[in-house]
Amino acid sequence: MHRWLSKLTPALAVLVVVTGSAFVAVAAQDTAARPPAPTLLRPKTPTRAVDAAGFVQRWLVLEPIRVAGQLTESTVQAAVKTEYFPNQLTVIPRDGDRVTAGDAQLAWHALDTTNYNLNLFHFAYALGKPTSNVLFWAVTVVNAPREMPGVRLAIGSNAASVWWVNGEEVIRLYNDRQSVIDDGVSNRLTLRKGPNVIRAVIVNAGGATDFCARFLDADNNPIKGITTTLEEDRKAAAH
Amino acid sequence: MTYRLVAAAILWLVVPVLVLDGQPGIHDPSTVVLHNGKFYTYGTGGGLPILVSDDGWTWRRAGTLMQALPGGRPGPDVIARGGNNTWAPDVIRVGDRYFVYYSAPGTQPKSAIGLLVGKTLDPESPAYIWEDAGPVVWSDGVEDSNAIDPGVFHDPTNGSLWLTYGSYFGYIRLVELNPKTGKRLYPDRKPINIAINSEASIMIFREGWYYLLVTHGSCCAGANSSYNIRMGRARKVTGPFLDNMGIDMLQGGGKLFVGSSGRHIGPGHFGLLDLADGVQKFSLHYEADLDRGGISVLDIRPLLWRDGWPVAGDNLTEGTYQIESVRTGTALELAVQGMPVGGFRGRGGRGGGGRGAGAGRGEVGPLEPIPSQDAAQVVASWPAGAVDVRLSPYMVQAQQKWAITPVANAGGYPGSPYFKITIAGTERALTATADAELVALPAFTGAAEQLWRIDELTDGTYRLMPKAVPNAKDPLALSAVGSSKPTLDTFKADSDRQRWLLKTP
Repeated sequence: MHRWLSKLTPALAVLVVVTGSAFVAVAAQDTAARPPAPTLLRPKTPTRAVDAAGFVQRWLVLEPIRVAGQLTESTVQAAVKTEYFPNQLTVIPRDGDRVTAGDAQLAWHALDTTNYNLNLFHFAYALGKPTSNVLFWAVTVVNAPREMPGVRLAIGSNAASVWWVNGEEVIRLYNDRQSVIDDGVSNRLTLRKGPNVIRAVIVNAGGATDFCARFLDADNNPIKGITTTLEEDRKAAAH
Repeated sequence: MTYRLVAAAILWLVVPVLVLDGQPGIHDPSTVVLHNGKFYTYGTGGGLPILVSDDGWTWRRAGTLMQALPGGRPGPDVIARGGNNTWAPDVIRVGDRYFVYYSAPGTQPKSAIGLLVGKTLDPESPAYIWEDAGPVVWSDGVEDSNAIDPGVFHDPTNGSLWLTYGSYFGYIRLVELNPKTGKRLYPDRKPINIAINSEASIMIFREGWYYLLVTHGSCCAGANSSYNIRMGRARKVTGPFLDNMGIDMLQGGGKLFVGSSGRHIGPGHFGLLDLADGVQKFSLHYEADLDRGGISVLDIRPLLWRDGWPVAGDNLTEGTYQIESVRTGTALELAVQGMPVGGFRGRGGRGGGGRGAGAGRGEVGPLEPIPSQDAAQVVASWPAGAVDVRLSPYMVQAQQKWAITPVANAGGYPGSPYFKITIAGTERALTATADAELVALPAFTGAAEQLWRIDELTDGTYRLMPKAVPNAKDPLALSAVGSSKPTLDTFKADSDRQRWLLKTP
């Protein structure tokens, strides 16, 4: 099968699978006939623990920004270094916050994913937003029960992505790629006791797009004793 | 019956490729043993010459065993049962002592095997002394046995100790030893015959099988020696030892383990060197090293296992390699933007063809080969200075081709010198960082963090370890922590994270 056609398969599935998801798409001009994202829910609790395999399942995701969709190192780096909205590398948004990127008004959405990964295609499609040649910003705040040195952020992304932990760029993945668990892994880093901000940019060219993320301990085992929050300790996380 | 030559010790400085460095001249080496950080082996010759090495790569002569024995020669009982010669020893550690079994032939096949007992192998130690414990087994010159070439085996299943011995005249024989004394446990029992037509026998054990390795062919004729190591296996220590075709070694069976190759003729006298963590090596000698004037020399090579049989591996040689993670299937590369081989083009044969333009889709005329990509074609687009390394799907690009080159005068490890690992066609060197990560520096400086130990593991994959990692107390190995992320981590034999394939691009 042609690669691009194979990536379309999830999109076709969305057309025929309708679930009882509680995630309601933000109003958009062409979303009337779109079903809700089948794997995404609006958070109902203040915090959420990572899943049994350590995957972070709660994120704030900005509606997609149109980009060229090239995935080489130079084009992804150029896309990441473009300022789309103010404080894009420091902001900790709230659900429903809006930004202006170019001539587009875009909203942040608080999302819980029912899977180990967060399906950005589901997210954008349900909103009637483009899924190809787009760039997604994602942010979450991870609460560590104690200072945790020697850990690694481990992510998978479809397609290219760049990741920051507490403001430091720690992972860069380029080129067209599928979301593979622990594809990109950071150098050893230290999670502060309390809130830690994880930020990502995911660039997609065409077809399916998603990401997953977790932390690994010094023995490369998933870290499970951490939670994510979108509301608490925001001030602390910002510092 | 064979005739043995005492290999001359020749100081020979060589470029560190293939066999060992320094003074590896030896004949009939004992199993190489690691003791207090040094490697030891003993060979045929007056007083049983000693070879010692600090790292397993560079070897030097260190006198003879008999120098530490009162009288400097085998005891009278050994000489009475055999003769004055001292040949082909083997050594094993049992508890806090070492047992050295050595051949003391007279006029073969009249011979004896004597025992020396000591607490240390280090001639510099105040405790260094060997005690003559007398003869262990012997042949009277008429019976179907030639009591030389001892091989001692510690059975890991029950702690028992066994001795195999013999050389062509009659049988390879087996007797059980007393681990407390090193002498025969049941001296009145008849030895068990386990093989014929061979010598230099020794046993090893793995996963329920006892393997008997012996040397076939003729020795001691330099490059005209047909020595080769063969083997059979059995479920019991006493045999029967059958080869891969089911032929009993008592009837001449024996699957080939290793024969002559390259510049080395006549391999013989197998000895297992188990370095733990899935790293096994074997010691042997070649009757003729063509790179050293045809003398007999020691070598240490990787021991692999395949389909229930040991396989003789080869030490890594200089070359250009793809370094592929067993865990992820991705290859180590310089973290630069890759350029497709031949430049960006579609599926068509003439570039930019897109769908429908390729062969079978209307293309006409001969299709021109696309040259391979080397660093010279693309290096101008690479950043100067330190560059990260990562893992990516292998696409035969220049930043994915690593030159692995032995480094002279930098030491080594059992069987090999240290290597530098650079992007082929450049001096960009794979380097361990102080935070146990990896980077490619613009030049090779010879620093310990740029010297790499590359061991072939028993499954044929490789373990790559820097000689030293700044700030790290323990050895670390190249590890695939993610599909795109290499790092340095503690080696774990039960994981694929630190296993790598070295493929020719």
